[in-house]
Amino acid sequence: MAPRPYYSERGDHIDSKAPVTVSRYRGFTRINHWITAATLILLAISGLALFHPSLYFLTGLFGGGQITRWLHPIMGVVLFFSFLLMFVQLWRLNMPKPEDVTWTTRIGDVVKGNEDKLPELGKYNAGQKFVFWAMTGLILLLIVTGVMIWQQFFAHYVPVPLRRIAVLLHALAAVAILLVFILHVYAAVWTRGTLRAMTRGTVTGGWAWRHHRKWLREIASRDTKGPAE
Amino acid sequence: MKDTATGPTTAVSNPPVQPMKAYFDTSDIVRISATKDVPQPTRQLEKLAKLIDVSKCIGCKACQSACIEWNDTKPEIEENVGVYENPHDLTPNMFTLMRFSEWENPETDDLEWLIRKDGCMHCEDPGCLKACPAPGAIVQYSNGIVDFIHDNCIGCGYCVTGCPFNIPRISQVDHKSYKCTLCSDRVAVGQGPACAKACPTQAIVFGTKEDMKAHAETRIEDLKSRGYDNAGLYDPAGVGGTHVMYVLHHADKPGIYNNLPENPRISPLVEGWKGVTKTAGLAVVGLAALGATLHGLFSRGNRPDEHDDDAAETLVVERRDPENGGHV
Repeated sequence: MAPRPYYSERGDHIDSKAPVTVSRYRGFTRINHWITAATLILLAISGLALFHPSLYFLTGLFGGGQITRWLHPIMGVVLFFSFLLMFVQLWRLNMPKPEDVTWTTRIGDVVKGNEDKLPELGKYNAGQKFVFWAMTGLILLLIVTGVMIWQQFFAHYVPVPLRRIAVLLHALAAVAILLVFILHVYAAVWTRGTLRAMTRGTVTGGWAWRHHRKWLREIASRDTKGPAE
Repeated sequence: MKDTATGPTTAVSNPPVQPMKAYFDTSDIVRISATKDVPQPTRQLEKLAKLIDVSKCIGCKACQSACIEWNDTKPEIEENVGVYENPHDLTPNMFTLMRFSEWENPETDDLEWLIRKDGCMHCEDPGCLKACPAPGAIVQYSNGIVDFIHDNCIGCGYCVTGCPFNIPRISQVDHKSYKCTLCSDRVAVGQGPACAKACPTQAIVFGTKEDMKAHAETRIEDLKSRGYDNAGLYDPAGVGGTHVMYVLHHADKPGIYNNLPENPRISPLVEGWKGVTKTAGLAVVGLAALGATLHGLFSRGNRPDEHDDDAAETLVVERRDPENGGHV
């Protein structure tokens, strides 16, 4: 097998040449991502309902307080495992690289969209990496503290003083993950042309050139199908 | 027409033979879980209290039996494991429990058999109510009774984290939380709690909180005259006082009575969780969501232009580097 590519996954490839589109996520990854996304949204709604009395009415969406209480941790377990799959697929290219430092110090140019002042990047920029690792840490914290306060099955194994710490950490981590989630969605929408990577699985060549040039170069260099026919 | 009951002042009176109207109802509620700005009642009921004098308790468990009978609960038959506690702990079907401990008094070298009737203390500042996320699942009446309204309970167990006395128990059958009601249904028609009614030594007495404090004073005086210099009343200020109080012969060491907390209060973790975290957390998330939505709607976004498309085509199709003199 060829050595592991440095800026891209093995499966990333030129999808078409007229116009140029590049495959970024295969179907399995996309489906899994949307399972994670859907469970995260449902967890946010059900969790917020139990977090603040003014949102308790949201339990109605699930069929009442009892069902919400029952469903929330189960969805949490689903999210944990679907995110675990995603983690296994994505962690390597989310490791920090030297260009991330430069990118981060020029965050002003990122916000202004001055791409020409930013370093060339692999598959992920430092912002995307931050979202990835923040999600990883917070999901770990949420699943651990969540199991500790899972009354139905684990109440007898966790002493009450520990449950108090767990329930507070769970709430704080939930607030934090919602902020990361908002950042993630906002960035994906603001960076036009990003969403199709998770819907159709491909991005345009222009998008790849603009935002993830090293990624595109590496894929183009191993594209052996020759010039367009 | 039914007569309205009067508030009970003792547990020993016999019940009326006529049907009676309750002397308090939902209009006397002063606090409701997960509910802000509860309309305050127009009247203030006399504060009630149950007083448990541990020095008079003989450990007969008549109170447990009376509790089971009145509340129609069915505690499981358990194994005898060689201790007096039966059942092993408070359960969703056992709202009160005699806890037995053997304590060697270092001053007298005597072995003292301490028996404490455990159960909900009916705190003036109830941690369970503060922690509860379900509106209306826990209420407090102006006479001090803290009651669980099971129709609204969702079984999350937050009340367990809120309680400084480790009292509520969640049923694995109907997933609702249970604890002593102070026999609110009996009290409503002028009767004392079933446990107090059944107690053969009147170690458990019931009445207005003022009366109970006065009664406790006479008991403490008596205990002091018998050499219990540290006898005192357990009515902990950290939870605003309780509507179940103890007379302890060693009030300076509540911990020897099966870990009765020395200075119970709602944990600062629970206060922080239900205070600043809840309010600030929702505000921060709400503002972030609103800001992101508005900015997302009105900003132009970062869009690749035709130079980017051309460059990609040069690179991928013509296999030349658009930037580097044409070499890939």
